[in-house]
Amino acid sequence: MMKETTDNSGAQWLRVLLNSREISLLILLAALVLITTALNPRFLSAQSIKDLLLNVSIIALLTIGQSIVILMRQIDLSISSIVGITAFMSGTIFVNHPGTPTVVVIGVSMLAGLLLGGLNAALIVWGRIPALITTLGTLYIFRGANYAWVHGRQINAADIPSTFLSIGTSVFLGIPILTWIVLLLLVFFSISLRQYRGGREYYAIGSNPNAAILAGINVNRRVATGFLLSGMIAGLAGALWLARFGTVDATAGTGIELQVITSTVVGGVAITGGVGTVAGAALGALLMSVFSSTLVFLRVPSFWQQAFQGAMLLVAIALDAYMAHRHAERLRVKRSHV
Amino acid sequence: MNTPTIELLDIHKSFGATPVLEGVSLQLFPGEVHSLMGENGAGKSTLVKIMAGLHQPDKGVLRIEGREAAFHSTAQAQHAGVAVIYQEPTLFPDLSIAENIFMGRQPTLRWRRIDYAAMNRAVSQQLSQLGVSLRPEDPVLGLSIADQQIVEIIKALTFDARVLIMDEPTAALSAEEVRRLFQVVARLRSKGVALMFVSHRLEEVFEISQRITVMRDGRVVSSAPAVEFTPDDVVRKMVGRSLDALYPKEDVEPGEVVLSVRNLRRAGVFKDISFDVRRGEIVGLAGLVGAGRSEVARAIFGIDRLDGGEVSIGGRSLSRHNPDAAMEAGIGFVPEDRQQQGLVMELSVLRNATLTVLGRLKRFGLVSQAQEKSVAAEWTSRMRLKGHIEEPVNILSGGNQQKVVLAKWLATQPKFLIVDEPTRGIDVGAKSEVHRTLSQLAKAGMGILMISSDMPEVIGMADRVLVMHEGKLTAELSRSEATEEAIMFAAAGQTASKS
Repeated sequence: MMKETTDNSGAQWLRVLLNSREISLLILLAALVLITTALNPRFLSAQSIKDLLLNVSIIALLTIGQSIVILMRQIDLSISSIVGITAFMSGTIFVNHPGTPTVVVIGVSMLAGLLLGGLNAALIVWGRIPALITTLGTLYIFRGANYAWVHGRQINAADIPSTFLSIGTSVFLGIPILTWIVLLLLVFFSISLRQYRGGREYYAIGSNPNAAILAGINVNRRVATGFLLSGMIAGLAGALWLARFGTVDATAGTGIELQVITSTVVGGVAITGGVGTVAGAALGALLMSVFSSTLVFLRVPSFWQQAFQGAMLLVAIALDAYMAHRHAERLRVKRSHV
Repeated sequence: MNTPTIELLDIHKSFGATPVLEGVSLQLFPGEVHSLMGENGAGKSTLVKIMAGLHQPDKGVLRIEGREAAFHSTAQAQHAGVAVIYQEPTLFPDLSIAENIFMGRQPTLRWRRIDYAAMNRAVSQQLSQLGVSLRPEDPVLGLSIADQQIVEIIKALTFDARVLIMDEPTAALSAEEVRRLFQVVARLRSKGVALMFVSHRLEEVFEISQRITVMRDGRVVSSAPAVEFTPDDVVRKMVGRSLDALYPKEDVEPGEVVLSVRNLRRAGVFKDISFDVRRGEIVGLAGLVGAGRSEVARAIFGIDRLDGGEVSIGGRSLSRHNPDAAMEAGIGFVPEDRQQQGLVMELSVLRNATLTVLGRLKRFGLVSQAQEKSVAAEWTSRMRLKGHIEEPVNILSGGNQQKVVLAKWLATQPKFLIVDEPTRGIDVGAKSEVHRTLSQLAKAGMGILMISSDMPEVIGMADRVLVMHEGKLTAELSRSEATEEAIMFAAAGQTASKS
């Protein structure tokens, strides 16, 4: 068999870059920022950077849970409804029990998210209902229950202690506290997924479920853990949503599940599982957010902005599919020794 | 004699009502390569899966180094030191070679962090010991089957496997890769590993085995040191059964050429495929699983892309290669896997039978119910299909399902029909109905290409037998030349030494 001839160094360098999703995302991000700043210098002002980071933080947080789930070839559509319920619940605690410590509220919110994620996990693992259907169902069930419970009420910033609200407003070393929390979790989950046996199992399951069983991995337990984590992270996102916006009604978070999935996939987590990192997914969220700011700064009519975001997703997926197809074809021809 | 590393005693196994293993006993000794041979369906794979812990025997004893053992999972088998390498390795394509080998038991550092450096080093060492130039950090995606097997072998070695079973490991390998695999096998032998080698390739079996066991129809027919066999013995023992006269192929004078294929080629799958099928003729396409028979059929019907070659029907070359064009030209295709490729299980017999001809039944853009019914009724009654045509097909038996698939294609009135394993998994009664129908169709002037792994079926039904081996046609045998021995030799890639 013939050895593949080494390409000239330039092409190889390019391939290494393209193969590292994080690096190509960063390059794209830099290009976007440069172009937009050139056209409108206000884009890089301290205030607009802060706004950008605040906008992206909660989405980026949710991409962590979503990445873990998608890595296993599953999906969690219900997160936006979990965010909605837990955001209103956190506010209700402050209304009914003024003076509850911030940590307790966040803890309760995460616990509630964990329970809702547990319902997803039970239906998927024991009920053997595909995740797409299960979480589509619970997306509506959780939201519907939320409407019934909220019953037209609203939480106002005036009901929330300022220490809690400061999570969403104050800045440490130029970066919002909210963003620091997300960065911390990103580091934690990056290390867990890369450096620990349990983390590698998520990749193994998504890469080849049969091989995972043969390797003695408890696939059911791992899948359940993924949905529990996704629920818990959505619970945390709910509490942070309250801190960020102060005002919460029954519609909080509606529709963000699709933004999260888009960001995750653009960030290089393959929808077919087994490939991607939480850092990439978070960069995907940042890229999508910068992209939409760019569209605003460039005065693209608002009804076109969504179309551009959708196009971005399709370009990312099409590029992945193209690369995978080319790779497969090359291998098939390379092996044609018969 | 020393104790066998693994010993099977009187193993029985049935799937449903079908017995697959009927009292099989087998012993593997340390430092010995034991080859297991038999036709497709002799029960080899089931035996392997029992040793791997994937299936549990209904009856019988399994001993590891003299101690009785029972495997309820693959993990237990692995723990007992039994490693199995399948023809198509099951690996994680997106993960690195080293991770594939150490999944679930990675070496760790402080705080139980994975020690990637140690892991890569260990794999690197094994790779160089086996003389393989792969890098432990590279992803498995893109490795050849041969290299994937090396990954599996290293996995087995790091488990300290005492028994290594290889299920047709060479089926997808080039000569060079086989040579490398055998070097690895020799090294394992010298370490005292007991090896089992399941293969159809006689030459290789005689090259590396110390002991040979031949299975047929779920039983061991012969087991002895390799030196006591000749290749001819083995083949005779593999096939050795009488041909029953169940096959009602009527003699038909073949007419003009209906299908002609020239130099079909699909890179990595098959090449240089040229043959003709005449009107009234049933041409058998024999070969081992993986020889590329179904792939050729799929390419003729336009499902898989061709890299070169020409398909013509009735002298006219097909310009487009897709199932639509093939059907239009008069090709019918009954695929191997009825449930997945041939039938819509939830729909009624009627709907399934007319699925292929809806275009013809259309009037003013709508399907005429009455006409749909009459077409379905005609073909299902000609097939002697039991049951009502409004019933969903998933409640029918395998044999009746196959008849529905046939009816569906016959309704298109093809000039040429491809049937892939037409009687696999159906009972004897339905089998002879299918055979009778095929025979009638040929008599009525259809050309038929029949892919089959069922030797008596091929010999009984086919006017002419083509044999494939590793993507190439290796023999064309007339009805009188087509003996089981001759077909097996050609299928195993040997030049026939006719007796």
